[in-house]
Order: sequence, then C-alpha cells, then structure tokens
Amino acid sequence: MTKIGLILVTLFILAGLFAPFLITHDPKSTDISHRFSPPSHTHWLGQDKLGGDIYSKIIYGARISLTVAIVSTLLSFFIGLLLGSLAGYYGGWWDECLMRLVDILLAFPGLLLIFALAAFLSPSLLNVIMLFSIVGWTGFARVTRAQVLSEKEKEFVQAVRSLGANHSRILIRHIWPNILSPLIVQASFVMGGIIIGESSLSFLGVGVPPDIPSWGNMLSLAKQSSFQPGFIAIFPGIAIMLTVLGFNFIGDGLRDLWDPKLKK
Amino acid sequence: MLGETAQAVSKDHFRKLLHQDKPIPLQYILFLKDVFTGNLKSIPSEENVWAKISERFPATAELAIWAMVFAIVISIPLGMLAAVKHKTYLDGISMLISLLGISIPHFWLGPLLIILFAYTLPIFPISERSGFLSIVLPAITLGTAMMALLSRLTRTSTLEIIREDYIRTARAKGLSETTILFKHVLKNTLVPVITIAGIQMGALLSGSIITETVFDWPGIGSLLVEAIQSRNYPLVQGCVILIATLYVVINLLTDILYAWADPRIRLQ
Repeated sequence: MTKIGLILVTLFILAGLFAPFLITHDPKSTDISHRFSPPSHTHWLGQDKLGGDIYSKIIYGARISLTVAIVSTLLSFFIGLLLGSLAGYYGGWWDECLMRLVDILLAFPGLLLIFALAAFLSPSLLNVIMLFSIVGWTGFARVTRAQVLSEKEKEFVQAVRSLGANHSRILIRHIWPNILSPLIVQASFVMGGIIIGESSLSFLGVGVPPDIPSWGNMLSLAKQSSFQPGFIAIFPGIAIMLTVLGFNFIGDGLRDLWDPKLKK
Repeated sequence: MLGETAQAVSKDHFRKLLHQDKPIPLQYILFLKDVFTGNLKSIPSEENVWAKISERFPATAELAIWAMVFAIVISIPLGMLAAVKHKTYLDGISMLISLLGISIPHFWLGPLLIILFAYTLPIFPISERSGFLSIVLPAITLGTAMMALLSRLTRTSTLEIIREDYIRTARAKGLSETTILFKHVLKNTLVPVITIAGIQMGALLSGSIITETVFDWPGIGSLLVEAIQSRNYPLVQGCVILIATLYVVINLLTDILYAWADPRIRLQ
C-alpha cells in the first residue's frame, strides 16, 4: 500500500515538475470550434467546454494542486511546530491563550472557515495558500504540544539540562528529533486534505483564479455544462482521487512503520 | 459590493445599513445586535437574512437527514458483516468500499453519479428538488463519506464485542447466532456509532455546501455559495453563523445522548 502511495505521489510530483515538457497543448489555449471533442490521438483525454486540452490541463493542474498542498503544509508544519513547542515547553498563560485559539479555529466544521474567509478575499494562488496555512497549523500545534509535554519530562532531557544546555538547545537539538515522526505522518494526511480542500474552493469559484488550470477549476467548468459529456468531469476527478489516495497510503504506511503498536 | 457604477446616495445608504459610518468597535457591537435581533439585511436587496435562510433551510435539513439515513442503513450491516466474516473476502470487499468512500471527494462522486444514473441510465433526475427520486443522488453523495467512516467503526467495535465474556455466556446458554448478533452485539455496537454519527452530522452540514452546488439543491449550502459569488456579505455571515451554531449544538446533543445511551458514562 505504501509503495503504491509513493509511486502515485512521485508520478504526480514529476508530472508537476516537468509539466512544460509533458503537455501536448498550451493548457490555457481555447478552441471553441472543437469544444467537447471526445478523446482522440491529438487530444488524449478530449477537450473541455472551451476546447482546452484536458490532458495538458491535468498535467499542469498537478503543478498547481501540489504547490498549494506542499507550501501550505510546510507553512502549517513550521508554524505549528514552533507555537506548539513553545506552548508545551513553557506552559503557563501562553499555553492557555494558544490552545484556546486552536479550540476556536477547530470549532468550525470542515472547510467552513476557509470558505467564509475566502469569500472576503480576492481569488489568488497566494491567498489560497495563506488560508490553508492559517487553518492548518492548529493540528500540528496540538500534536507538537502533546509530544513536547511528554518528552520534556524524560531522563535524557534532564541529563542534557544538567550538562548545562539552554532551553533552545534542548528544544531544537534534543526534543524536536524525537517528536518528528508523528508530525510527518500528520503532514502526509494534511497534504491529501489540502488537495481536496483546494479543489473544493476552486470548484466553488473562490479558490485559484479561473484562468489558471487547476483540477477544481476543471470540474467547475464541467459543472457549467451539467457534467455533460462525462469525460470532462471524470478525468480531473481521477487525478484528484489518485493523489489523495497516494498521500493517505503514505500516511498509513509511515504510521505503521513508526508506531508498531498500531499495526494489526 | 455595489459595483463601480453605484451612485453616491446608495453608497451612503448601504454604508449606514452596515454601520460603516461608525467607529470599528461600535460597528462590531451593532453587528452583534443585528445578529441577535434578526435584523441582518442582505445587500443590495435589503431582504432580511434570516427570512432568506429559513426559506432555504428545510431543503438542507431534508438532504442531511436522508444522507444520514443512507449512511446508517448501509454502514451498520456492512460493518457487522465484515466483523462476523473477519479475514474473509467479504471483509476485504467491505473495507475496500469504505476506503474508497473516505477518499472520494463530494464534488467528484456527485458528477459520477449524475453521469451514471441520470445520463447513461436515466433513472434519476439530474438536479433540482422535485419529488423523492431527486433526493436519492444528492443524499448518496453527501452520505458516502459518513457511511465509509461508520462501517469501519462498526467493524472495529463489533470485533471487540464478539470477544467479550457476555457473548460467550450467551452462546453457552444455547442462543442462536442471529439472536446473539441482533440482541447482544448490535445494541453494544451502537454506542460508539451514535457518537461518531452525531459528530459527523456537523461534517455533513459543511459537506452540503459542495453537494448542493453540484446538484443545484436549493439549501443553505448553495445559498452560501450564491452569497459569496454576489458578495452579499451579511448573507455569508448569516449562513456561516447558522452552520457553525448548528455544529456546536449537535455536538452538545450527541454528548447528552451518549450519556443517556450508555449508563456507564454517567457513573464516572
């Protein structure tokens, strides 16, 4: 399962990286006279409502979706790691404030908060990345805090402290390496979540601007003709689902690897 | 919000309506007052936000309830079957169904169902709310993720329960497997399932935003999307406040229901 996940994710990352060499048509070009043409040898996956080449758009869309997912996850990861560590390590009023803020952000169901915030911002790639980071760090902060709380009481931390290490050295050199594995597992699930979230936002018209070919925008375009003919909606959806499955498989695999207690 | 061609008079009028002529802290207090007294007004139609929302709410409630019914009716038998036939191909198939159900996004399952069951096999209407047939596809779309989650949960919880001592006692008494399954196992399986179903009801509400857009279902989810597209901010605020409040209230009710269903929790 993990191997399948790694293969899927690597394929899509490579597709995104080498998009300019893999596409057969300009993903932004339109060709109204050939709209809704079924798959053929020139347009491998057919043409959409505006006559755009679906294959090239999917390859290019991998670049957009993975950029959003990777950058937002990294940002969330570091914000969460930093704030969560401070909360777990020092405790006190800072811990209280931060955890209440996390509670507030987590009180909104699913993507509702992101939809609501997106409504007040203009659609742009940067805004989408920012929104997912604003909401995404909370999960990482919680996991980090819990881990730091349990690690800081252990003997090896006492040992380095008695050797005269200061707080930042203890945290960065000794605690962080020990808490990374659950955070990386979390990150791979968050990636899958953000890919679905980004496509949902774009599908609703508040995500990536409509002129950028992303998977969500392709489905949004398909909606305009009530998903008719079928292939214009099926192919981008397959891309989304395979990427999400890939990240979830990797997450499951890493969790089993690092936490043998959960293995069945 | 009004566009660039708006006249100065109407600009002033709406500035006043949104209290933007006041200092920011006061703006917030007046906004809260509007929320609680039900005076939130749409822009630019000046229609009352709560009136608009209550007009669309029944459609969402209907959809969410049917989605829930679909999820529960499928997941409990599926999960129990998987547990009873543990480590056979039936277990494998039902877990594969649930894995796919968790990974498939609403905005793709919806179109797939439309393509399959409205175009290729014209059984169900494509979109809009008209009679019972029209709710089948949206309810399946919305309920699938929950169905997948609940069947996994039912499986794990049934697997735990069939190894308990009281099940062995029931078997030793000579009860038939069906009686044991329906009278002893099912009741105990339901406890964690109820809790998660309640918590997931909130996820259903936010999932309805996408599902309603896919099927042009006239509920608060599609109302929210329309409001976002027309930059009708008071209506956006109204919808978000309603969905978030419902989410919190349902979670609270679930906790109460949980304590009622399982007396062991009350004792602690």
